[in-house]
Amino acid sequence: MSDEASPLPLHPPVTDWINDFDHTDPKWTENPFPIWNEMREASPVVHTDRFLGCYMPTTYEAVRAIANDTEHFSSRRVLVRDERPEIKNNAAPPITSDPPVHKPAKQLLLPPFTPAAVAKLEPRMRAICNELIDEFIDDGRCDAAARYTKHVPVRTIAHMLGIPEKDGDLFIKWIHAILELGIRNESALLQAVDEMTEYFSAEIERRKTDPSDDLISYLMNAKLPTGAPLEDSHVIGSLRLLLIAGIDTTWSAIGASLWHLATTPEDRRRLAAEPSLMPTAIEELLRAYSPVTMAREVMKETVVSGCPVKPGNMVLLSFPTANRDPVVFPDADRVILDRKENRHAAFGLGIHRCVGSNLARMEMTVAIEEWLKRIPEFRLDPKGEVTWSQGTVRGPRQLPLLF
Amino acid sequence: MPVQLKVHVDPEKCQGHARCKALAPELFELDAYGNAHEAGDGRVPPGLEDKAYLARANCPEFAIEVTEE
Repeated sequence: MSDEASPLPLHPPVTDWINDFDHTDPKWTENPFPIWNEMREASPVVHTDRFLGCYMPTTYEAVRAIANDTEHFSSRRVLVRDERPEIKNNAAPPITSDPPVHKPAKQLLLPPFTPAAVAKLEPRMRAICNELIDEFIDDGRCDAAARYTKHVPVRTIAHMLGIPEKDGDLFIKWIHAILELGIRNESALLQAVDEMTEYFSAEIERRKTDPSDDLISYLMNAKLPTGAPLEDSHVIGSLRLLLIAGIDTTWSAIGASLWHLATTPEDRRRLAAEPSLMPTAIEELLRAYSPVTMAREVMKETVVSGCPVKPGNMVLLSFPTANRDPVVFPDADRVILDRKENRHAAFGLGIHRCVGSNLARMEMTVAIEEWLKRIPEFRLDPKGEVTWSQGTVRGPRQLPLLF
Repeated sequence: MPVQLKVHVDPEKCQGHARCKALAPELFELDAYGNAHEAGDGRVPPGLEDKAYLARANCPEFAIEVTEE
């Protein structure tokens, strides 16, 4: 997706990563790890004048401090973009909420995503993975990003929501507009949000007369601590969040894991031969290739890791960068499949810990296990090109493999 | 005498990452929201000491205490 010709104004190329960083720069998209190390060696918090002013913490300690400080850092804007559009109520609770509104909104969403709840989805997930693999295994090649890693979360979430799996293509289009085009193009973002709202309004209306046993009905029946049901706008906001947060991210994590295994034969063979390594391997792949970077808005002046931070700026809250901090993770740039101590922040830290983390772990585990069972030997297709998504969620969008 | 260990989850710090439950299911339980607490009175049965320390070392919120009784 990131290789599409963009009609949008391009940012000037970055020549100074310490004082003028830009997470949409092609160099960052292609290989951000040396950039993050350079920034971290310079300062625990760096700043750019781009995006109307934005900080970035570069150490685990600074990322953790900001994630845990909801007094000085608001979640009301969770994307760093060229513009700062007006704040709307019920934007996407609870991800865009601060205390005290945050907790009840989050608690509503948690029960369907506990480890026990998501375990019930595992058989369907395994079937989805095998149905996808059946479609291309005899070809000896495939673009795994387009034909496998993308569809695992789309079909899983469609299954949870009680929506036809074929509507997954719509989900993917909206998410691309919001997360990638939307960084520089407000109208593309708004149009996608409008289309999602219209789609989910129709699904809600249908369930008002014909309730079903799915996540949409669960939200419609959920009660706030006051005993009041959610307004339709709250249900839609939550559904929008689940799609935005649940698809691109998991697609990216599974894709980056397969990319690693395609390019690191010793790890691939070890994991295929020793399935008992899977739990630590999944955590390590999550650490090394964490897909998700969040944002905060500075509300009050404060100091983070000795660095002054001023209101009026955004913060690019890069959990992936924290996860490459060698102070916390020895040999941080190396993937160690049996790393025992792994306090990684791939799902965020503090009150905004990803609601879907248990689901994502299950999807990653199942998708990689089923792939390795069917296709234990694979490599990048030298005639193809791997491309990575730009912006807030990083993962392969083209992943041509031979097997 | 081997020392008796106890684990405790600080409910103010726990955010429901559920790493402790995955690594030491005998020592931790999750509530309906997926947040963790220690199983029973937190006493670590003999042989599970390493799991207690492993859970502590993998908690992203630094919410787990391991103490000697």
